[in-house]
Amino acid sequence: MSDTINLTLKIWRQKDASSPGKFETFKLDGVSTHMSFLEMMDVLNEKLIKENKEPIAFDHDCREGICGMCSMYINGRAHGPLKGTTTCQLHMRHFHDGQTITIEPWRAKGFPVIKDLVVDRNAFEIIMQAGGFVSVNTGSPADANAILIPNPIAEEAMDGAACIGCGACVATCKNASAMLFVSAKVSQLALLPQGQVERAERVMNMVKAMDEAGFGNCTNTGACEAECPKEVSVSHIARLNREYLMANLKNR
Amino acid sequence: MAILDSKIPKGPLAEKWTKYRSTVKLVNPANKRHLEIIVVGSGLAGASAAASLAELGYKVKVFCFQDSPRRAHSIAAQGGINAAKNYQNDGDSTYRLFYDTIKGGDFRAREANVYRLAEVSASIIDQCVAQGVPFARDYGGTLDNRSFGGVQVSRTFYARGQTGQQLLLGAYSALSRQIGKKQVKMYNRHEMLEVVMIDGKARGIIARDLVTGKLERHFGHAVVLATGGYGNVFFLSTNAMGCNVTANWKAYKKGAAFGNPCFTQIHPTCIPVSGDYQSKLTLMSESLRNDGRIWVPAKVGDKRKPVDIPDNERDYYLERRYPAFGNLVPRDVASRAAKQVCDEGKGVGPSGLAVYLDFRDSIKRLGKDVITARYGNLFEMYEKITGEDPYQTPMRIYPAVHYTMGGLWVDYNLMTTVQGLYALGECNFSDHGANRLGASALMQGLADGYYVIPYTIGDYLSGEILTKPIPTDHQAFAEAENNVKERIDKLLSIKGNQSVDDLHKRLGKVMWDYCGMARNEEGLLKAKKMVKEIREEFWKDVKVPGGAFEFNTELEKACRVADFLELGELMIDDALNRKESCGGHFREESATDKGEAKRDDANFAYVSAWEFQGDNQPAKLNKEPLIFEEIHLAERNYE
Amino acid sequence: MSSITKIFSPTIGRKVLMALTGLFLCVFLCEHLYGNLLLYYNDHGHQFELYTHILTRTLLIRIVEYVLFGSFIIHMIDALMLTINNKKARPIGYAMQKSSENSSWYSRNMGLTGSIILFFLIVHLRTFFFPHRFLGDTGSMFAEVVEAFKNPLYSGFYILSVIILGLHLNHGAQSAFHTLGLSNKSYAPIIKLCGTVFALIITLGFASVPVAFYFEFLK
Repeated sequence: MSDTINLTLKIWRQKDASSPGKFETFKLDGVSTHMSFLEMMDVLNEKLIKENKEPIAFDHDCREGICGMCSMYINGRAHGPLKGTTTCQLHMRHFHDGQTITIEPWRAKGFPVIKDLVVDRNAFEIIMQAGGFVSVNTGSPADANAILIPNPIAEEAMDGAACIGCGACVATCKNASAMLFVSAKVSQLALLPQGQVERAERVMNMVKAMDEAGFGNCTNTGACEAECPKEVSVSHIARLNREYLMANLKNR
Repeated sequence: MAILDSKIPKGPLAEKWTKYRSTVKLVNPANKRHLEIIVVGSGLAGASAAASLAELGYKVKVFCFQDSPRRAHSIAAQGGINAAKNYQNDGDSTYRLFYDTIKGGDFRAREANVYRLAEVSASIIDQCVAQGVPFARDYGGTLDNRSFGGVQVSRTFYARGQTGQQLLLGAYSALSRQIGKKQVKMYNRHEMLEVVMIDGKARGIIARDLVTGKLERHFGHAVVLATGGYGNVFFLSTNAMGCNVTANWKAYKKGAAFGNPCFTQIHPTCIPVSGDYQSKLTLMSESLRNDGRIWVPAKVGDKRKPVDIPDNERDYYLERRYPAFGNLVPRDVASRAAKQVCDEGKGVGPSGLAVYLDFRDSIKRLGKDVITARYGNLFEMYEKITGEDPYQTPMRIYPAVHYTMGGLWVDYNLMTTVQGLYALGECNFSDHGANRLGASALMQGLADGYYVIPYTIGDYLSGEILTKPIPTDHQAFAEAENNVKERIDKLLSIKGNQSVDDLHKRLGKVMWDYCGMARNEEGLLKAKKMVKEIREEFWKDVKVPGGAFEFNTELEKACRVADFLELGELMIDDALNRKESCGGHFREESATDKGEAKRDDANFAYVSAWEFQGDNQPAKLNKEPLIFEEIHLAERNYE
Repeated sequence: MSSITKIFSPTIGRKVLMALTGLFLCVFLCEHLYGNLLLYYNDHGHQFELYTHILTRTLLIRIVEYVLFGSFIIHMIDALMLTINNKKARPIGYAMQKSSENSSWYSRNMGLTGSIILFFLIVHLRTFFFPHRFLGDTGSMFAEVVEAFKNPLYSGFYILSVIILGLHLNHGAQSAFHTLGLSNKSYAPIIKLCGTVFALIITLGFASVPVAFYFEFLK
């Protein structure tokens, strides 16, 4: 494989939330296959700046696959073609010379575009604020080992807790549903003893916030799990459904 | 500036904090409701502080430049968090954690602060568990620990390789709860660009809404900075792209002293640079050194494939030089040793700036399954980035800038030399001395936020209960906003030829070459001149496209790099002044015959606290002597 | 808001309604298939006629019939509402979307398969059910079956429709369990397999009848 490739990039440009957007096409030659996808975008932006054009806005921060800030719908897939990988960890060796790459922002009513490829994911914040916590003030809680949690339970809770809140599940879902995101947190706290007191209230409040944000319904296609960079399982969605029903049945 | 008063409480070391907590002035709940606190930064320190202060009843405003507090770079910490719980019955104690931290920091930290850190460490774990942080558990359901970063007890708590993420999400959930209760007002995608001073006290900030570009004025009875480290002055570091010094730098320019700016931690196990397009470096958890063996070819210029080099032609240089600790020597020692072998020409990989981290022997000894269970996700990450399979061929690693021990000088209350301005977490200078131990950054961030600031801020705010909120049309706010506006307008009006990144890369290279892993007077003097030149060039020739009132990432970067260019010079000044070697600061002039770092306690057992004297004026050096009452200074020896 | 309307009003509640009605319709399919398989007695429809006779004369069945129609209607209206809601959740679509990389065609096209089934159902009911139930037709049901399946066009349409029904069930059955929360990581593959086996049985069972008539295995 040669070490550099030439690419055609078809990228969504949109000035701000209220302006209409359109695709623009860019040629980028001599892209090293060792680059990360975002480094390729950096190179493109440097080129645009030199040409007195406006660079493309995109979200990114840690560039090591954990902060959840990077997004991008690359060639029809959230975070690009690689499984279990965020855009920042995707490398150009997975693309070939002469390829055209289409790059779009996350598309959902709940995630309005701010500029170019940057979207507003504040809906996730509101959902978390509605119940994604254990109500415990800082102070003098019981000794950590006073709560015994079997290893498999702790592990399963951790599976849910691994969610990075990037929004790929919403972006990928044909219904723009946020069920995987919500279920990951509900599931984590429903499994752990610490989450029991507010268990019913939490799921009701979080689902309500999710619905109000305008996300779609889960039709169990499983696309979210397949594209989730942390491979959060849809079994958490089943648990969320269960928690929700039980909470409603218990509700007086 | 007055003499640096560290305000360490009187009394025996072990009783200082307890006594302080029991006697510190309190604020009545009815008054807390009327007191407003601004918290800048939403990482471990910021989020935990904001949540805890809001729980106490203060009105809190939190600012972060990302789209959510959950993105803060604390999230990237992999290894774990230390706490003196002694769950493993292996002889750990508050005192031992305190001693290890002081020694690991090469005796350049303040005893009282470090002891307090060790003391509250156990409560942090309790608090995090109560929040639902899913730490690793044994089969009996108790918490699991591992040994980390070259200490001899197992005191590190972890959640897979995502401890930082889980702790941050814990603090974030507590913060989210307070936002939901309207006790905290959250400002996402906002960057603080100025501290507002009124009558010698910090009374607010100017923040830029990064989406609209609008400048906003915010009042607070106190301002708490928790804005992390400034490792990005090197351009390439393991920090997130957005990490910056801007908030600290604005505070410094308003009179907050900057402590030990040259103390930088270089982490030994990072993935090497692959080309000049490189935007950041990726850390591989230090835990890899538990089972991986580090080596280079014994012969200079040996270009054979690593698997083809027989054992007797390999130099396992850490095991050779430090038989007692071997591959587990502290970070600064491991990093320097890697640099030395590469400087000798034995480095591997295309750039010659890498060493091997080899799992061959461990795979043979423990089996591939065990190695996969321990490091599977790290191996995967390595393969994702480099395209090489570490099960088949050794990893290539090289040191990279990782953490900055230096930061705003703070007293025991975590207050800077500016009244009402506090600094928490990595952005202060306090607890790690000249070198930080693994798994201690998370501990410090949360200690400051959950267990220190909620008490110490009361000491100050109890004197502010009669202060009414100051309207933001006050002249001081107007002036501060105008300063920011002028600076932004200036940056946009230059319309030069070089991009912000071009200039930042040049700054980074100078800093790395002359103020990185090894420093000497000649190089530092040269670098000082070069940084000055780049700075002048920046203000003449930088090109910032777009306008002020829009989402403009280049403008954001330009504002940050402008501050890095000033910080760089201060770091060099500090490195020049500190003629000893200690921790992460290695002055080539101060080394033993074997090339190990040589500390000079007689002349340098102090904290350098630099005071701003005006633009283009040399900063004034203030010294806080470090007085060790409890422990005697010893040479760090890992042989 | 009463707790019943509350539980069914938001997204998850609506899905629960889909799942419950869907599963009830699955039970009906089993019952219907049982009736059809009676033709394999190959007794010139004697058993089959007996069965249809009971069906049309029993009060209990009459009541169930209303529940069944109710389920159909709720299932369809709910589906329509969910689809509209889902379309609203993404006002601007993607220029490029490679859904086949992450999900199956049939799981994404339940609306399409459902609509085809609805069309089939209308034709099917017009052929067999309406004349008997509402138009006072008292002729032999068996004769009508034979007559209908003599027409290869009708048989082809019938077979195609039950294949589509199979695809619908293949996703729908396991999805219903998921929606009702009756699934977890270890059971999910088993539930999925059961769903597929169920879909296969239904498809093969129904499709075999016209085939058997066509090849004159049944007379």
